[in-house]
Amino acid sequence: MTAKAENKPFFRRLLGEDASIIQLGVITLAIFVLMSAMNPDKFLRYYNFESITYVMPELGILSIAMMVAMLTGGIDLSIVGIANLAAITAGIYFRHPAVAEAIAAGGAGVVLHTIMGVLIALTVGLSAGLLNGILISRLRIIPILATLGTGQVFAGLALVLTGGPAIVGFPQTWNWLGTGKLLGIAAPFWVLIVVAAIVAILLRRTHLGVNLMLIGTNARAAVFAGIRSSRMILYSYALTGVMAAIAGILLSGRTNSAKADFGASYLLQAVLIAVLGGTNPAGGKGKVLGVLLALVALMFLSSGMQMMRTSNFMIDAVWGGFLVLVIAINYLRSRK
Amino acid sequence: MRRLQSTEAVIAVVLILAMVLIGLVNPAFWGVGNLFSLAKSNVIIGIMALGVLLVMISGGIDVSFPAIAAAALYITVRTMVTLDYDGVLLPFMAACVIGVGLGAFNAFIIDRFKMIPLIVTLGTASIVRGLVLGLLGTSIVNINKMPHGLIAFGSQDIAAATASNGANVGLTAMVLVYGAIALVIHFVLRHTMTGRSVYAYGGDPEAARRAGVNTRRTIYFVYCTAGLLAGFAGLLHSSMIWQANPRDFVGLELDVIAAVVLGGASIFGGRGSVLGTMIGVFTLVMVKNSLILMKVDTTWQRVVVGAIIILATAITAWRDRKKLA
Repeated sequence: MTAKAENKPFFRRLLGEDASIIQLGVITLAIFVLMSAMNPDKFLRYYNFESITYVMPELGILSIAMMVAMLTGGIDLSIVGIANLAAITAGIYFRHPAVAEAIAAGGAGVVLHTIMGVLIALTVGLSAGLLNGILISRLRIIPILATLGTGQVFAGLALVLTGGPAIVGFPQTWNWLGTGKLLGIAAPFWVLIVVAAIVAILLRRTHLGVNLMLIGTNARAAVFAGIRSSRMILYSYALTGVMAAIAGILLSGRTNSAKADFGASYLLQAVLIAVLGGTNPAGGKGKVLGVLLALVALMFLSSGMQMMRTSNFMIDAVWGGFLVLVIAINYLRSRK
Repeated sequence: MRRLQSTEAVIAVVLILAMVLIGLVNPAFWGVGNLFSLAKSNVIIGIMALGVLLVMISGGIDVSFPAIAAAALYITVRTMVTLDYDGVLLPFMAACVIGVGLGAFNAFIIDRFKMIPLIVTLGTASIVRGLVLGLLGTSIVNINKMPHGLIAFGSQDIAAATASNGANVGLTAMVLVYGAIALVIHFVLRHTMTGRSVYAYGGDPEAARRAGVNTRRTIYFVYCTAGLLAGFAGLLHSSMIWQANPRDFVGLELDVIAAVVLGGASIFGGRGSVLGTMIGVFTLVMVKNSLILMKVDTTWQRVVVGAIIILATAITAWRDRKKLA
């Protein structure tokens, strides 16, 4: 009798709190089985999973960034613009004659300048995120429009800085961030793991995370509870900006180039993965684990479809269809 | 006096100041040729903006209309080429039907699953573009294959003049189409129950429902009309530039939303007017076109458009600040 009473809340908690995670796990597994069955000799190769670990991190970090913005009921449409601008600014730093000379000379200077490049990119991301945060929290511009506008400005600045063509010629250490290996696992994958862990801890174990959830659940109640909402929102967009810059570093490292209009399709995909991962776009709900599961599911889906020689356009359509499907499933589940 | 303080008046003053400024920097701005081409550039963006205006008054946002427009024009023109059909009325009706159908799909998802319009329309835009490019291909129908009827329709002029460089310039008749559509939308918004219910729904959905507004019908009306205008504008664009490109209008949603916000519509819903939107569209198109006249490098265009969005939204946010308190 007592055992039952103890069991029931536990079971209910498992279903109530983590039902979305379980559902996602099932979807991911189903896609994995389906894609393995449809490409029996190609999908289950080690090489396929290895290549996924190189492509996945940049999109994963953008999706986590989108989730953070959605926690307070906002959205960040400027993440791709920030990512490109950060990578391009770093690229311009590497192009500077003095820096280029030091890199050509080799030695410790290369590592030092790469670290400088990373810091420059992160600073660009932080500043861009702070700009978004100020527009949204202080000037009270609605997040969709504020980030729509800043996204244009960032992409425009990237275009002005490059004049159109891609920036190439990043140092090898920079490329290592996007293509290298550490302990047998892709370097960018490590970055994703670290970023995901930090954000998960931030959201679950710190004031910032708890406050953001509360603001997203009920903004007015949060104000009455004495939370400095606007400051918290400012921090959340700054965090989003920094993460976007990290994604930009990985993307430019992997492709060895940076361009004003790279990764335009990532925006929709980041929204999709965040929503699919159980994030409520109206705010208050979102988990890093959910986003990661959704990311893996969609990576399996698109790599499997590429093996079946589906055109990229059709894959875009499938992603969009998936988003609508998930909206429907989430709605039907929430009504129960 | 109150008229002078209205949002439309403020934007109109900004517009006139901008025109004077641009004219001072480069007198070529006031040339007949430039003014005619300016009017022409307003037509397509303007018609689409009227659809977005409806959506924004209802408190939503639509980023799928460029995809809908591209789908409507490309499907229609490709079908005409295949069937060797050369008419005007039927194709435009077909484009409108495609637009309404896709708009109804948006409305269905938004109404049935109670999802934020931005995310729904992001999804449908991706579906529509993906399917059109994936199933129909990416080849552009060029002038040599474009149906002649459409070209003839799109190249009618209502006025002709001789520019200072001796070239003959015409004012496209399509401005009349744009004007007529604007009048209809204005009438519907101001003087019909359907139009008033859009304002009511945007102001407060729950209050509108309790006051007896059929919210489902309102949502369907808004998104279907936005789809209709997008589909129509798509084919009109095609007949004006004499080609059908399935990748057309990529990124146009930003410009159109910027223009509508500039025109005083509130993203919180419940506010916005046809006149304001038309002035907003004119201002945005003029600024973009005039950057070249003012010898600003074209790479700066996106920065300027982005800055305009931020500025316009900051002003409207300041105006609407009481709602947030």
